[in-house]
Amino acid sequence: MSDAPMNEGRPPRANLSVPHADALDKAADVEGRSLWQDAFRRLQANRAAMISAIVLIVMAFVCFVGPVLVPWSYEEIDWDILEAAPPNFDTGHYLGTDSLGRDLLARILQGGQVSFLVGILATSVALVIGVTVGATAGFMGGRVDQVLMRFVDVMYAVPLMFFIIILMVVFGRNFYLMFLAIGFVEWLTMSRIVRGQTLTLKNKEFIEAARASGGSTISIIARHIIPNVLGVVIVYVTLTIPQVILLESFLSFLGLGVQPPMTSWGALIAEGAQEMEITPRTLVLPAVCLSTTLFCFNFLGDGLRDALDPKDR
Amino acid sequence: MSDPFLQVRDLKVHFPVRTGGLFVGQYSPLKAVDGVTFDLNPGETLGVVGESGCGKSTLGRAVLQLVGATDGVVSWLGTDLTSLNKKELIAARENLQIVFQDPLASLDPRMTAGDIIAEPLRNYRPTLTKADRRKMVEDMMERVGLLPRMINRYPHEFSGGQCQRIGIARAMILRPRLVICDEPVSALDVSIQAQVVNLLMDLQRDFGLALLFISHDLAIVRHISHRVLVLYLGKVMELADKAALYATPRHPYTQALLSAVPIPDPTKERNKDRVLLTGDLPSPLDPPSGCVFRTRCPRASSVCAETTPMLESAGEGQAVACHHWRD
Amino acid sequence: MTSVLEIDKLFVSFATPDGAVEAVTGVSLSVEAGECLGLVGESGSGKSQTFMAAMGLLADNGTATGHIRLDGINLLSATEKQLNKVRGERIAMIFQDPMTSLTPHMKIGRQLSEVLIEHQGADKETGRRRALEMLDRVHIPEAERRLDMYPHELSGGLRQRVMIAMALMCEPEVIIADEPTTALDVTVQAQILDLLTEVKDNLGAAIVLITHDLGVVAGLADRVAVMYAGRIVEQGTVGDIFATPTHPYTQGLLACTPRLDVETEELVTIAGQPPNLQNLPTGCSFHPRCPHVFDQCKAQRPSLEKMPGGQARACFHAAMGAAE
Repeated sequence: MSDAPMNEGRPPRANLSVPHADALDKAADVEGRSLWQDAFRRLQANRAAMISAIVLIVMAFVCFVGPVLVPWSYEEIDWDILEAAPPNFDTGHYLGTDSLGRDLLARILQGGQVSFLVGILATSVALVIGVTVGATAGFMGGRVDQVLMRFVDVMYAVPLMFFIIILMVVFGRNFYLMFLAIGFVEWLTMSRIVRGQTLTLKNKEFIEAARASGGSTISIIARHIIPNVLGVVIVYVTLTIPQVILLESFLSFLGLGVQPPMTSWGALIAEGAQEMEITPRTLVLPAVCLSTTLFCFNFLGDGLRDALDPKDR
Repeated sequence: MSDPFLQVRDLKVHFPVRTGGLFVGQYSPLKAVDGVTFDLNPGETLGVVGESGCGKSTLGRAVLQLVGATDGVVSWLGTDLTSLNKKELIAARENLQIVFQDPLASLDPRMTAGDIIAEPLRNYRPTLTKADRRKMVEDMMERVGLLPRMINRYPHEFSGGQCQRIGIARAMILRPRLVICDEPVSALDVSIQAQVVNLLMDLQRDFGLALLFISHDLAIVRHISHRVLVLYLGKVMELADKAALYATPRHPYTQALLSAVPIPDPTKERNKDRVLLTGDLPSPLDPPSGCVFRTRCPRASSVCAETTPMLESAGEGQAVACHHWRD
Repeated sequence: MTSVLEIDKLFVSFATPDGAVEAVTGVSLSVEAGECLGLVGESGSGKSQTFMAAMGLLADNGTATGHIRLDGINLLSATEKQLNKVRGERIAMIFQDPMTSLTPHMKIGRQLSEVLIEHQGADKETGRRRALEMLDRVHIPEAERRLDMYPHELSGGLRQRVMIAMALMCEPEVIIADEPTTALDVTVQAQILDLLTEVKDNLGAAIVLITHDLGVVAGLADRVAVMYAGRIVEQGTVGDIFATPTHPYTQGLLACTPRLDVETEELVTIAGQPPNLQNLPTGCSFHPRCPHVFDQCKAQRPSLEKMPGGQARACFHAAMGAAE
């Protein structure tokens, strides 16, 4: 009855024909558009989020590549100055120096490196632990779920600062330890979010279908659960990064963060705050960098949430 | 009759439902399936009908052991599935597949049609090369009436009927011997339902499948089934050959069900005799004593409250669980 | 008899990120007092949106143009205040899912009497008394006790009865029932259909029955309109539509519905997929699925035309007089 050619060679049953004029079928028949691509398209349409993403990329790039181009290094003291000097292009201090005569631009760039690294590494730690624990607890349910989630509850009850201070005291102030410490704290919320998502997913028919297709628990978690919680996770990650950066700044402000002469934006702000009446520049510049970054991450997170909105799924 | 390859004996699935208790919960059993017995032969379609909450979906899942049985035996080719461990069960499921009600929800939204259909192959034929797997998927897509060039599309880009075809392709790719169809057409538009029903019947004939066809739509069940099982509150009311069941329904519930289905013919629909049931389904947490149907039954008597009727033969190929079927 | 509700050249479109979607295109309909109009179509045919527009209940991104007249008032240009006066009092609606259309935290009695208090300024006493009367009228057992229950304490069938009681509270001129039995089991569906028949016979209100189920239409409707892709493709009395369907879509729909009263060897099917509203075929929207398609169908859109017997259909093939 129809002109669909693939019906040839099939038992002659007229009605089983394939639609032949569905406009959808004619266009783009080879490559489908995944939900990710759809989300990306929506994200691209969101101007605030796109500008934020670009600003972030530029800032990160400048922080990591910039130090090579700046004449001074972040730890080098300019013995000719030895005090907070205003910007001076002849000496190469484009943004001036801090109270010890170190180049402010170099220090801001280096501080940016630390802040970005903390943000990304600590969040990755949180991500890996959180997703694994959350997905396992949610999917396995029962006793496993009970044990893991009670552990999370207990961890929640431990005062964060106390925990970090103890770590610092026991292991000494170590750059990488700080990543781990922050990550170990941040995974708690992540695991709860992932567990909640997994519980809703678990009852979906496609998970049952996967079990009926012979999938083992591990393969179902890896192939079906994780890709489907990823949308929510990504949003949460972009919102966690600024939190972590802020936490690091707070620790540095308290003097628990990075060790001098290394610095971070938080540490720079702390230093600048002491001299804000004399040289407001030393406070304002790192503060502007920090807030811009946080702003951008939050905008991007919001944009991602809209783009990955579950309503459209 | 050849040896039945699926035998279900006195199958019970009870879910504990928390009904009270502050710290230590008090639980009552929700008897979703309560003592169901039937056989299924190769190449045969058994229709399972009943209203929502009668346990028909649970029954289908219990046969696959997607939900555990509380009691009873599901014997597949002589092996009791309820006694298998996880690994053995996964191995046994190779021949047992399922098609779900909601075509879109049963497909992983992040996977392409090709990946979805290929999933059973990945699990059960890990040695296949990528090219072979793709070939098999494309052949199967063509077989179920999908264009093979749509292999890289995602579920949300297909219509409901096409999604159901993907679900069917996934169930059929391993050439299983038994497929459980859990309301496979009830989420589809009328004009698409017929396509999918025909496809299932076609595949059954070609592959020699046995189907357990779960549906609330008696007209479709009549069309596709060889025998029909009528469930009410987890219990079998009537089990009969299609012809017998639709021509001479013995159980008052079956009679009521059949007479309640609207017929698309104004004259017939307005003049037909109806067995009207009063009230609604009782709560499965607190089913009536004796015959579970007695609270809505027009023929209920004191016997019905006291003794549970057993399934007894009521003629050639027809069994009924009612004290009053002869009346 | 005069028509109570008249819809004239109604267009409904929805703005989506991927462009406008025409859900209803040029639909004209009318319902008379005391009759039941069945509106049949598959999902996406625009059957619900037609009357959502009449009630002013379109989603935010939807716009409706044309005329919907209730007793001289054009509902499409009416103010929100006028609409509120009409909704509930003169036009009432019964939805598919009674659980979501009843307020979950309010007792049944209060929900029912609220309608009366709001629209007719009745006092609480009267409201409650009328609510009780209505529950009796829709045959809810132990009505007195149900007044003080919450929606979740009732079964699906009872909830739908409450919805019908609520629709009847102000004795409206038009009742719009949007898939009133789809969420219910067959045995309960039969009860509700009986109730609706009773309402139709005793009340004299016009009933619009929106459904995809031809069996339901056959039992209840006096006239039937069949919709496909936002248009009416065939219209006529229930007897004519079922006995002598003339549009290929109606014919297909009737043929592919499995029936309980006839043994069918093989189901007839309508080939292809439901239309994609964002990308409708040219000419007659049904042509890609139509067994009688010829060139004119692909180029031109057939309009709904009356045939001698009073039946109307939009098809070139039928117009050429080819009876099946």
